[in-house]
Amino acid sequence: MWKHLEIELYKIFHRPRTYLAFAAITALIGVIQLGLKVDGKEYTEFVMADFAGSFSVDGKILNGYFICYVILQLLLVHVPLLIALIAADMISGEANMGTLRLLLTKSQSRTEILLAKFLASVIYTLLLLIWIAILGLLLSLVIFGTDDLFIMKSSYVVVVKSSDVFWRYCGAFCFAALAMTTVAALGFFLSFFAENSIGPIVATMSVIIVCTILSTMNIPLFNLIKPYLFTSHMVTWKEFFDFKVNDANEAIIGSIQYPDKIIRSALVLVLHIIIFVVGGIWYFRKKDVLS
Amino acid sequence: MMEIVKVEALTKKFDQLKAVNQLSFSVLPGDVYGFLGQNGAGKSTTIRMLLTLITPTDGDIQIFGLSLSKHRKEILQQIGAVIEKPDVYKYLSAYDNLKLFAKLSGIQPTRTTLMEQLELVGLAHRAKDTVKTFSQGMKQRLGIAIALVHNPQLIILDEPTNGLDPQGIADMRNLILSLSSQYKKTVIVSSHLLSEIEQIASRILIIDKGKKLVEGSSDELFDQSKIIIELNTNDNKSAYNILSESNWSNKLQPIRNGQIILQINKNDIPIFNQYLVSKDIAVFSLQPRHSLEDYFLQITAGKQHVEAFRN
Repeated sequence: MWKHLEIELYKIFHRPRTYLAFAAITALIGVIQLGLKVDGKEYTEFVMADFAGSFSVDGKILNGYFICYVILQLLLVHVPLLIALIAADMISGEANMGTLRLLLTKSQSRTEILLAKFLASVIYTLLLLIWIAILGLLLSLVIFGTDDLFIMKSSYVVVVKSSDVFWRYCGAFCFAALAMTTVAALGFFLSFFAENSIGPIVATMSVIIVCTILSTMNIPLFNLIKPYLFTSHMVTWKEFFDFKVNDANEAIIGSIQYPDKIIRSALVLVLHIIIFVVGGIWYFRKKDVLS
Repeated sequence: MMEIVKVEALTKKFDQLKAVNQLSFSVLPGDVYGFLGQNGAGKSTTIRMLLTLITPTDGDIQIFGLSLSKHRKEILQQIGAVIEKPDVYKYLSAYDNLKLFAKLSGIQPTRTTLMEQLELVGLAHRAKDTVKTFSQGMKQRLGIAIALVHNPQLIILDEPTNGLDPQGIADMRNLILSLSSQYKKTVIVSSHLLSEIEQIASRILIIDKGKKLVEGSSDELFDQSKIIIELNTNDNKSAYNILSESNWSNKLQPIRNGQIILQINKNDIPIFNQYLVSKDIAVFSLQPRHSLEDYFLQITAGKQHVEAFRN
């Protein structure tokens, strides 16, 4: 199994497509950082316009933590596509190339091969998120410096002390990793049903788009199914930036407002991952390979 | 002698279609076993069942004396295969592909071993080139190297000459022969080309519509003294009428696509030619035919299969 995982990783990182995803993320983050470096003041004035008369701000809003939050909000919507490019290609791409049958004539069991493939796509997903963390958080901190994190909600502003932010980002990235692993599991599952990569990649993105729309529309019928849609839980990383307050309305350092919400969302995502992976393997173990 | 492969009453149904129907055969150690049949006869389905890519509907497969369903891992460790097209990772070099599949086969060969393997199939000079720059023949040879890299006892080649040029076909033939004679491997090779199998196989199985037609040694199945020829003259219709009323009538096969086909003794060809000339028929060509279709005609007295092949 580990030998097979090593081989799968070798294949992933010898494909130009893999580096396209890293290049795309580098370019996107670079553009956001450049834009905010050049015109960041105007941007913060615009987003703070509703609160302009309510209070004054000491320190700099435009710091590394703020930039990373902006990047995560913008990027985590698009990263699924980059993950689908690899995960949804894991089986269908091999079937398309004709290498799947050669792979399956080797002595490893199908379950072993498939698990190694899924783990490889998970590692790719994690590396992608680590890259986002390096560029989005660490590089932003280097370029823009540190200060308290201002998060603009629809009707209020949350200010997280700079000393209390970093671990929240660690938690948010870990949760985002789980959410993106769910996307990888979905792409992996759909790749069992096609013999070319395009179909499962498009299908993965279509499922995410449809479910995201259902998750965000406030219609009673959809509200019934929302708790079961994985897309409803993918944005729970934001919960790491909501904290409890004491009687004096001061932030309790190191607290999270709704930790049970994070745990529930994580469990829903894990359940989806299990269903997609086990379901796919169960289907494929019985499949006649005719391609 | 224990059979390397023993297949009994193997059946595969796809919905209502029986792709393989109660097929039984056995392969002996050292055989180059020719698996012959028209396209769609069930060869690839059978081979895929031998390699566990397809699950049989019924029947039993034993390889190296072990049940394939119970000892898949041990059996597949001793098999190397090329199935139809030799598809490999196009973005990797020949050397990297070989190394990767060697690892998958559970071995860690040295660079020298891998280069020797590429040398065997004539690809050592292109070892570092990516496969996307390779011709079909080169990919086919790389496929063979991959099949051989873990030194298997049994090699299964499904239509290994597909897409090869004449030189490539000759090279492949020589390679298969050397695998058997020099390296003492047992080889199962499938093809729809009789001429190809006839030249390399020690034993042959011919299947049609998923069923066994004949099985035996090459010498048993082919009477080398008789050949099928195609006659072309200045007036095929008159020639056919003349031959129908002559002593040659019993050699005539049913006309196919306007061509006169005869099965005659090799030694009778000059006399046959003289006879036609004596009847004022100008002979343009007497061309030996060597297709599976002709062989089917031979073994079924030209009756049952003609219509099937025309359709």
